[in-house]
Amino acid sequence: MSDYSVIGKRVHNIDGTEKVTGSAKYTFDVVLPNMLYGKVLRSPHPHAKILKIDTRRAKRLVGVKAVVTGKDTLGRKHGIWRRFPELCDEEILCRAKARYIGDAVAAVAAIDEDTAEEALDLIEVEYEPLPAVFDPMDAIKEGAPQIHEGVELNINVNRHIEWGDVDEAFEKCDYIREDKFKCSSQAHVCMETHDAVASFGYNGKLEVWTSTQSSYYIQRLYADMLDMNESDIRVINRHTGGGFGSKFELDSAQFCAAILSQKLCQPVKIVLTREEEFTATKRRTPMYYFLKLGAKKDGTMLAKEVRVITEGGAYTAMGATALYLTGFFSSFPYKYPNYRYDGYRAYTNTAPTSAMRGFGAPQSTFVGESQIDMMAEDLGIDPVEIRRKNGMTPDYEVPGQAFIQSCGLHQCLDKIDEHLKKRGKLPPNHGIGIASYGFMSGGIFNWFNTPYAFSAAVVRINIDGKVDVYTGACDIGQGSNTTLAMICAEELGVRLEDIRVFSGDTGICPPDLGAWGSRQTLMSGNAVKRAAAECKQQLLEFAGAKMGVNIVYDLDIKDRWVHLVDRPERGVSYFDIVKGAIRGKDGNAIMGRGYYTPHRKGMISPAYSFGVQAAEVAVDVETGRYKLLNVTTAHESGTVINPVGIEGQLEGAIMMAGGYGFCEDQPMDDGKILNPSIADYKLIRSLDMPETEILEIDTYEPEGPFGAKEAGEGLTNPTAGAIGNAIYKAVGVRINDLPITPEKVLKALKEKEKQ
Amino acid sequence: MKKELKLKVNGQPYELFVKPKTLLVEVLRDLVGLTGTKRGCSSSSCGACTVMLNGMSVKSCSVLALQANGAEVVTVEGLAKGNELSPLQRAFLDHGSYQCGFCTPGMLMSTTALLTENPKPTKLEIKEGIDGNICRCTGYNSIVRAVTAVVKGEYKEAK
Repeated sequence: MSDYSVIGKRVHNIDGTEKVTGSAKYTFDVVLPNMLYGKVLRSPHPHAKILKIDTRRAKRLVGVKAVVTGKDTLGRKHGIWRRFPELCDEEILCRAKARYIGDAVAAVAAIDEDTAEEALDLIEVEYEPLPAVFDPMDAIKEGAPQIHEGVELNINVNRHIEWGDVDEAFEKCDYIREDKFKCSSQAHVCMETHDAVASFGYNGKLEVWTSTQSSYYIQRLYADMLDMNESDIRVINRHTGGGFGSKFELDSAQFCAAILSQKLCQPVKIVLTREEEFTATKRRTPMYYFLKLGAKKDGTMLAKEVRVITEGGAYTAMGATALYLTGFFSSFPYKYPNYRYDGYRAYTNTAPTSAMRGFGAPQSTFVGESQIDMMAEDLGIDPVEIRRKNGMTPDYEVPGQAFIQSCGLHQCLDKIDEHLKKRGKLPPNHGIGIASYGFMSGGIFNWFNTPYAFSAAVVRINIDGKVDVYTGACDIGQGSNTTLAMICAEELGVRLEDIRVFSGDTGICPPDLGAWGSRQTLMSGNAVKRAAAECKQQLLEFAGAKMGVNIVYDLDIKDRWVHLVDRPERGVSYFDIVKGAIRGKDGNAIMGRGYYTPHRKGMISPAYSFGVQAAEVAVDVETGRYKLLNVTTAHESGTVINPVGIEGQLEGAIMMAGGYGFCEDQPMDDGKILNPSIADYKLIRSLDMPETEILEIDTYEPEGPFGAKEAGEGLTNPTAGAIGNAIYKAVGVRINDLPITPEKVLKALKEKEKQ
Repeated sequence: MKKELKLKVNGQPYELFVKPKTLLVEVLRDLVGLTGTKRGCSSSSCGACTVMLNGMSVKSCSVLALQANGAEVVTVEGLAKGNELSPLQRAFLDHGSYQCGFCTPGMLMSTTALLTENPKPTKLEIKEGIDGNICRCTGYNSIVRAVTAVVKGEYKEAK
């Protein structure tokens, strides 16, 4: 497929120059005339009745313009699982009860941030602290404090997935292992904290600039919470300083800014502090994992049984999806003929847990890939071999669940095998561990209950031949605008510099579900491609007539040249065709519309990408400290649209997923997060970052635009498991709970010595 | 009580009145109006607010504005000459050394300061030079590659 003229080329992101010159405008930078600054007051109690809120003193402070509490809201509860009212459980501004340390109880708008902050101290809230519960295993016991009325045993959601006959299959197994694991939480740590500038006008319409992964979701959730028409709300997402799963629900900055602005008809800006970002936004879902795996002597895995209990925190958020996906991806990337999953999500009095890059799959991959290595060792089989024996192949149906078309897992295994052999014998206390993974290219779920297509795009060709793309997709830094521009340029036969992308603005762009679940390349990409194709069709109709070609010839456009496919030298300039075509349409610009909603693709995703990662560590047995030396990844994501973008996704995923395995954690004391700052929350910094190597495997995904599929989140899945396996290879200890800290390694080494 | 603050930002002199508690980052963003400099933590841990103060990189959220009295400050907006990007800016573009872009101004200022101080840093020295800057998107290695390319002379200084 080397005849692409734009796709696969190394290009600068279309917003690159803005980003390297500091001229990119984030919500954080937006200042409007007459704008006020807001701050949010939060509960210091993990679980408490709100008896009384006295805002009088705060309101009297000079410079304070408004103070709002739950009483100023319509008292509605929101949730992203809109189809299921019982799962819409978050008021944002609590009226009667706070359910975690950080739950919002009041908000202030003032002339500047200092005044707003001072006013927070003057708000008097009378709480009645209630018994609280923090661990999901405690929360589901009889007699545990009830966090939401009517929710028995605090069980928020449960999910069951099953195929085959698991019990019968276990009886046929030569060998069965049962293991327990614990997966920790993780903070998204977007460099731009959650923020919003909400401007409610005297005309009754609301405009909001915000850092979000889905302008459409925010628009719709605002409409629900404020009882407004969707069309009277315009959500604008320009540059966004990272998302990673944290920014597609209505958050306290967005909601409080809007409520305050509604009261004053003045713009209100709220920027969460870094501490609020750690304590009062969502985070990765911690999980207790119980696994049972059965195999034949030759390593053929016959049955897997998975039970999971997740720490939900105070609200549902996207945790219900994480619960489902961790169950589905626990079967990945292997062909289990018999499989059973039961997952329970428990409410706890902790910060709500939700989506984070990988969405339940980093957890399932850590535990699954650890266990399969343990199984391989027990059976005396090479870790690569056991994965080959059971790994998914193209055109495989996950029974009753999903249909996998393209799959390059086995080529990835071959590449990693070569890499391992090339590394040869390692020095003492060094080890390389591997982990395989797969991930979806967008979800086929509609718990949000949108009546719209999942993705839509409009393409317009102007008189000068330049092209405007309108898409509801959100570029949160992953480079989707560049990828979509490349898809449009390729389809239309123009150059990348001919394309301008307008994205994430609900006032001008068609709805799109946004940036989550690795959906935009495939879904938004298909919509853009179809819109561009519709434009191209109009140009070619005109060109055919103008050029007077015999109808047996096909016309095409490449690099701004409209020509006969079989005789490329016979052609006309694209720019001349555009001018003529617009004249021929009575002056109407050429417009095309495109939609995409997956159909007949199973229940999970229209496509899946796969890979295998090898992590090399060196352990200091005296201290338990270890260094992540090298992470080599063989992966396939269909046709590579934007190679620079994929490299960035891959290396960035290693920083984040390596951190999940290595150092990132959110320890708590009675529901209070103990490390809510970048100084105390340990992230991988440049000096800890391993060498990274990419082994690209070619595949072609029939469902994707030009054969492309997911490349953003899946790469977050394998690293923790690969690190765990590497530590075991290096020093023979296995750590079953994340993160794998030096303390845990040292403790395990000492215990091993005793034996 | 506000006090007088005189400083040069990207070569332009400013005379301002600021409170003693006002931070340099607040002066740059809110009073001078240069929003390229970001704030990610306000506790000098993330590096998004890095600027050059008299040629040295500092985190402008941990500098009181009055401490910069009489100083020369360079921000990300001061790196390009006219419409010509600096070698590091061009290298960042070519190597995809940014994604969301929020840490990028700080990264560029840290690496610019590094090369001012040490024009031929080793790979380890480059990594040390950005160890105070958090990037949640790229994984740093593409930034190290961009700086390495500049060190090797692959990008000429704009005239």
